[in-house]
Amino acid sequence: MQNGSSTSTATAAPIVDQQTDQQVTIGLLVNDRPGVLVRISQVFARRAYNIESLVVSQAHIPNSSRMTITCSGPVDVLNQIILQLNKLVDVIHAYDHSDDQAITREMGLFKVACSVEERTEVLQLTEVFRGKAVDISEETITLEATGDSEKLDALEKLLNKFDLREMVRTGKVVMARGSLTT
Amino acid sequence: MRGADKVIEALERQGVEYVFGHPGGAAMPIFDALVDSKKLKFVLTRHEQGATHMADGYARATGKPGVVLVTSGPGATNTITGLLTAQMDSSPLIVLTGQTITSMLGKDAFQEADIFGISMPVVKHSYLVRDPNDIPRVMMEAFHIATTGRLGPVLVDLPKDVTQGHPLPECTTDFPEKVYLPGYHLHPKPDPQCLEEAAKLLMASRRPVLYLGGGCIAAGGHQVAHAFAEKTRMPVTNTLLGKGSFPEQHDLSVGMLGMHGTAYANRTVEHCDLIMSVGGRWDDRITGKLSEFCPNAKKIHIDIDPAEHGKIVMPDVFIEGDARQVMEELINLVGPIDTEEWLAQIDAWKKKYPLKYGKKGGLKMQAVFDRLYELTNGDAVVTTDVGQHQMWAAQFYKTKHHRQWLSSGGAGTMGFGFPAAIGAQFGRPDNLVVAIAGDGGFQMTLCELSTAVLNKLPIKILVMDNKYLGMVRQWQNLFFDNRLSGVDLEGNPDFVKLAEAYGAKGLRLRRNADIDKILTQALEYNDGPCLIHAECEKEDNVFPMIPANAPLSEMIIEPPKHKLAAPTGST
Repeated sequence: MQNGSSTSTATAAPIVDQQTDQQVTIGLLVNDRPGVLVRISQVFARRAYNIESLVVSQAHIPNSSRMTITCSGPVDVLNQIILQLNKLVDVIHAYDHSDDQAITREMGLFKVACSVEERTEVLQLTEVFRGKAVDISEETITLEATGDSEKLDALEKLLNKFDLREMVRTGKVVMARGSLTT
Repeated sequence: MRGADKVIEALERQGVEYVFGHPGGAAMPIFDALVDSKKLKFVLTRHEQGATHMADGYARATGKPGVVLVTSGPGATNTITGLLTAQMDSSPLIVLTGQTITSMLGKDAFQEADIFGISMPVVKHSYLVRDPNDIPRVMMEAFHIATTGRLGPVLVDLPKDVTQGHPLPECTTDFPEKVYLPGYHLHPKPDPQCLEEAAKLLMASRRPVLYLGGGCIAAGGHQVAHAFAEKTRMPVTNTLLGKGSFPEQHDLSVGMLGMHGTAYANRTVEHCDLIMSVGGRWDDRITGKLSEFCPNAKKIHIDIDPAEHGKIVMPDVFIEGDARQVMEELINLVGPIDTEEWLAQIDAWKKKYPLKYGKKGGLKMQAVFDRLYELTNGDAVVTTDVGQHQMWAAQFYKTKHHRQWLSSGGAGTMGFGFPAAIGAQFGRPDNLVVAIAGDGGFQMTLCELSTAVLNKLPIKILVMDNKYLGMVRQWQNLFFDNRLSGVDLEGNPDFVKLAEAYGAKGLRLRRNADIDKILTQALEYNDGPCLIHAECEKEDNVFPMIPANAPLSEMIIEPPKHKLAAPTGST
């Protein structure tokens, strides 16, 4: 993120507007054409903005794909980004789903190294988070959990108490509630 | 049919007259197919950048898309500056690039460049064709995208095996009846509620100003803009790219605004209570310091591109739509606005701050453009490079015709003017075309003298030689204690001899007293291009000037007597 709000000091006047950063979740329906991902990522990259999460998969409509992108920045810049995404010829639409009118989900795999004595505790934790163990070896146990991103963050934090060897998360997917369009 | 033949057929179907370009290995099948075309004329340029500016000049002068054909690798990368220039100023280009064969893509083949990837940030859209049967669809889409909505350049990368018909199959598909682009939304009809709101704001204003940009010209909105200004009695200002959207000689015109605009245009904008942009984009050359730009004025923004909404300035009303169509509807909702007092104030500013220049000393660029304007009756198609000469030309060559002024605005591309004039002359053979170039810019694309001479184009080329990269020198002079760095063009050639070496007519202009004589001689010359080497005063500065990111109120009208703080804005 370029426009961090904590960089200014008492002596140096801030160069950019001191707007607090917000996170936005954008749902896109795009043509499944070569280069579409590059065009989309350039809208962010030309500002030196970082895409925090990006999920691409087939859509139910032939020759099109779904994307969910998460990014943080000042609201006016994010609004501009969404307008510029919509301007791309291969983007059928890009909607902001940051409000509560959307379901977001993410799946994570967590590989924890633990002793036989610790296993019970790890498995109990997994159960509380409605996850499940998908692989087990003498040294490690691999868990799968699904939920919103905050839930996976919380699980990660708790698993850090053990020897969390690897974590792979799918990134956030979004779907609008009810009859609203994603 | 070979893919290459289908490419040529597509160009013919679109009514293309000229293809500007340069050949090479990967484009050879297309060049071969070109031999059989009876409708297309190929213009061989001496550099691919020149080809893109020619196509751009042709597009801006005629309103039709300009077409470029080059080869792969360096041929393709040489088009990047031209693509940026077209993209920034919303000019419709079709750039066809040859490419290595599909089986070699990504393997560093000879003259392979990932032009599809390299060009992405500077095109409206682009294609890399892998299947010969896609050619008809892609070519139709390319033209559709380049010439509708907000105009812009489209690149089509054509691997050699896709165009030559082997080992890949030939193209057996036909042109689709219409394009299907589910992600490409053309502007809707103007929203009636927005129109009503805009009309209400307009009628409530007392100090309105109409601000016309390049979008007004792209939309062919010049006639309705004229009618609109006269009906409402609104003063009109235009951007650099908006020159020609409204006659600058008209009583209601205050000419160009912005960094080097007229003082009275900037005063008008500074004191207005409403500003309505038609096809403008509140560029940083225009607004100066954004937080102090018309803070109390109502703002109406008419633009074909919804992504312009709030990009720089958040307007009170945004109307998405074609500039011409919106004004044609809006004009029915407005009447005369009581601007008598306002126009009187503007007249006073016009009298107080006229555009002027010193008459003493060496040859003045301002005087050359002033006289060029008079001697051509303001009717010439004028192209420029970027820099001091561009700003003085914009100030002193007042425009009155749509598509008369071709200048690289957004990109500020040195070397644009001369090749753009070649393209414009091809597109408008019956018009007088004058290229105004700086000594710096001209040397970036002067190899196209061959192109102009071979095609016997009666272009007038004014090379404004002050032996400096003048605008940068001006900034170093005003803001950097005159510590000159990298701006000295000592060693410029004798441009008269240079013109003669290419077989063009060359004339020399050294004194203010000779301006009329030399210009007349050039204007009367009709046997191919005529170049005037104008040896100008070396150290003149352009005023008025609003330093980058300063508020309009801090406009410098006269040469300052004390040192100025370095500007904080972008360039």
